[in-house]
Amino acid sequence: MWSEHLDVVNVGLAGFGDDLRAAGGSVTTLDWRPPAGGDPDAALALARLVGHPEVERANQVAFERYLSAQPVLTDVVPAKEAITEMAGERLILHSGPPIAWERMAGPVRGAIAGAIVFEGWAQTPGQAAELAASGAISFAPAHHYGAVGPMAGVISPSMPVWVVRDATSGRLAYSNFNEGLGKVLRFGANGPDVLDRLRWIGGELAGALRPAVRRLEGLELKPLIGQALHMGDEVHNRNAAATGLLLKRLLPALIATEPDNAVLRRAAEFITGNDHFFLNVSMAACKAMLDAAAGVPHSSMVTAMARNGVNFGIRVSGTGDRWFQAPANPVDGLFFPGYSVDDAAPDLGDSAITETAGLGGFAMAASPAIVKFVGGTPADATAHSRRMREITIGTNPVFTLPALDFGASAAGIDVRAVADTGLQPVINTGIAHKEAGVGQIGAGVTTAPLPCFTQAVVALADGLGLAGAAA
Amino acid sequence: MSSIREHRIYPNRYQDSVALMALSAALAELPGIQAASVVMGTGTNLDNLREAGLGEVDAGPGDLVVAVMGDEPATVRALELADERLSEQPSSRGAGGEVAAPPLRSLRQAVEENPAHNLALISVPGPYAAAEALKALRLGLNVMVFSDNVPLDQEIEIKRFAEERDLLVMGPDCGTAIVNGLPLGFANVVRRGRIGVVGASGTGMQEITSRIHQLGEGVSQALGTGGHDLSAEVGAISMLRGLRALAADDGTDVIVLLSKPPAETVAKAVVEEARALDVPVVICFLGADPAAFGGDTPGVRFAATLAGAADAAVALVRGADRPAESPAEAYEQVCFAPGQRDLRGVFSGGTFCYEAQLLARAEGIRAASNTPVAGNTMPADVAVSTGHTLLDLGDDVFTRGRPHPMIDPAPRDERLLAEAVDPATAVVLFDVVLGYGAADDPVSGLLEAIEQARAVREGPAPAFVAHVCGTDDDPQDRSAVVARLREAGVLVAENNAQAAVIAARMTP
Repeated sequence: MWSEHLDVVNVGLAGFGDDLRAAGGSVTTLDWRPPAGGDPDAALALARLVGHPEVERANQVAFERYLSAQPVLTDVVPAKEAITEMAGERLILHSGPPIAWERMAGPVRGAIAGAIVFEGWAQTPGQAAELAASGAISFAPAHHYGAVGPMAGVISPSMPVWVVRDATSGRLAYSNFNEGLGKVLRFGANGPDVLDRLRWIGGELAGALRPAVRRLEGLELKPLIGQALHMGDEVHNRNAAATGLLLKRLLPALIATEPDNAVLRRAAEFITGNDHFFLNVSMAACKAMLDAAAGVPHSSMVTAMARNGVNFGIRVSGTGDRWFQAPANPVDGLFFPGYSVDDAAPDLGDSAITETAGLGGFAMAASPAIVKFVGGTPADATAHSRRMREITIGTNPVFTLPALDFGASAAGIDVRAVADTGLQPVINTGIAHKEAGVGQIGAGVTTAPLPCFTQAVVALADGLGLAGAAA
Repeated sequence: MSSIREHRIYPNRYQDSVALMALSAALAELPGIQAASVVMGTGTNLDNLREAGLGEVDAGPGDLVVAVMGDEPATVRALELADERLSEQPSSRGAGGEVAAPPLRSLRQAVEENPAHNLALISVPGPYAAAEALKALRLGLNVMVFSDNVPLDQEIEIKRFAEERDLLVMGPDCGTAIVNGLPLGFANVVRRGRIGVVGASGTGMQEITSRIHQLGEGVSQALGTGGHDLSAEVGAISMLRGLRALAADDGTDVIVLLSKPPAETVAKAVVEEARALDVPVVICFLGADPAAFGGDTPGVRFAATLAGAADAAVALVRGADRPAESPAEAYEQVCFAPGQRDLRGVFSGGTFCYEAQLLARAEGIRAASNTPVAGNTMPADVAVSTGHTLLDLGDDVFTRGRPHPMIDPAPRDERLLAEAVDPATAVVLFDVVLGYGAADDPVSGLLEAIEQARAVREGPAPAFVAHVCGTDDDPQDRSAVVARLREAGVLVAENNAQAAVIAARMTP
């Protein structure tokens, strides 16, 4: 050390850094704040994990698995065929971490009531709610069955799902169909028009798309997403380009299956009328990539971020199936005419799986229009994407961002880095009305709450025997 | 004023809904506007306008609609503003503006950005300090922890971890270090030289390194260990490591070790280690009896005072066996009034208070102190002095919720005034600490307090005796400070030990 040039990191009083500089020293003064949300015990647990060889090794493995996953769209089938646990069972999947009926948010209850009527287990939403409250229906996070859904994320046995296969691992991931905007089930609407549309999607649309998708013999989704990023999408809150690209591939295949002309017309109208049609496919692709990275012991890489309308939850590769939860952060956004922040439901849905995979808010530089939701500029969008690199294990070279000189999008959130810097993952999101059935009332930007990451750090430290007072 | 509804249609004008929502929000904020919406004229949007009370609008999906509701002047203004915004060209700032790199928040970020970093200086609140230190060590950095109030088990954890990684930990509670010529924390500007210092006391190290400089020699490295390092629990991990590191350093010819009395077993281990080295070592364990550790040998000399340790080291580095006797500062005995009999010390440096107590005890003065040495006692009330009293104003009992008196001298100056006006006070003893980290002007407030005391007090004023810890190269300039004090009639001694002895002898 005596022969080296002293190069100091100053952590704390800025004056010490100024003095060092005045004396001719090299010094970097940190913009320090108490780490791990200010919990000294968690801060110490975190410190013991920084640069820990087992964690570093595990992260290499998990991140490599995420990178090498090859999500391919292969099929459209009813949920009960994809998820055999649903067959013959009164099981309904929802977004986010586990939650009991009594505690569910308004839109989620509305969506579940609609799904119960859709399944024919009750005649009206009112009866459906009674049935749900009676305990006769089982509920589980979609994530527990390899599935994801935006907003309420409700998937019942008869609903059709997209099937995405990771060609590398063979693992399957699923998502439901996007119903469009306005009064839709995922925002808790469950009126006759909503259920009629669901029946049409499950019947005619899924029936037409199934042979078309199969005919494609596996549509590779990573290149499609990569291309959409170069066309102004971040494939979470903006899917206009990706929907067009999907349609470009689907339409010839669909026509080749020689469907009835009226069916073809209705399918094409439905898909072209919904700029978010690709969102659910994007989510299933992200789920496939992240499930590939799950279950690596001691890895601190986040494999899921999801909200159930009450809590925000994350799952981490090295801590198995555990959820780390905290109340969702408020959304900084803009509202449709006639609505305000007072009408907003807490942040909701599995769609933050896109951010977990390095898309959405992490790829905001690709989609400058999105940042206008918080009154920002394209420069702010770029800054968001750059900042996320500070909390990730690496970047995904398949997802490049023109505004970052075609630099790769940040991916593989490291819970240690989030807890250490206090930089919370940024998430682009729609805003649902807190009452069931009103629908989307705005959109904006939010963040994943810090306590989830701090809890995960403590759990990882515990797993290495590094939690307690003296380690 | 009655409210009206107005709208304007821009045919075949497309704008992104996000941009329109931002414009809607801007219009709605205008005074006098109750509702405003800018949308593309799709069926759904027109329905929304109606439901929001903005009226019936006949427009097509490709048309842009601005609809507002409010008082009449406001609606006119809103439509004007909308027109302005909709015809605006995008500003160049938004697209191409330079984005400043966000500041770094964590040690990991700093090391990733610049792998040349090799030391972390940590001064965050005590409950977080060990965690930052541990991160720094895990990232391969040496560490100085200025923070105090770090739990002892955490201090032991980081020091043991540093041992495994062959890294240096200075502190916790390490106020001073000089590494490769650079000041860390509170440190004085001293020339580089061939004397290395390892110390468990910040102000003690400042005194020794400053005196080495004053005597014309210089310092290779000054490594702090923190005040708890020589406890039985910690076992001098940092001092032993610093000792070995300096012994192996080609730039160090003489080593000085400094501590308040260490735990006996720990002291023995340190002395044993020192005796085994080829490099001569001067040991200053303030208040400990050298005989307990076998006394002087050619390789190890014991010094009773901070200044004595510097003197011995300077002699050794110059090839002399013993330091030359330094002439005592001349002083004239002052005539005190009959009731004037107390020695009152008000220190900003804890080790100066400690050393002064030891030397005053040797002169037969038993004093009260908030940090008493053996034989002295705690004052009944730290806020009011009675009898001989020597106070460390940097101690927790005085600094809760306020800066250390080395940084903000005002509280010390106030206490000095209180002591100086007390009719029982014969001699006021104090220190002035200079250097990086210390107050830019530590003297003006002191001089005001002294002047005020002389003005207020009836009968003879007390004698003021001081020492100034620092060098002429410090930002505050020691010579200039000494000159100002002497001009005000303060007896300024060469060093703390000398000041303490003079003050004790002057006390009737």
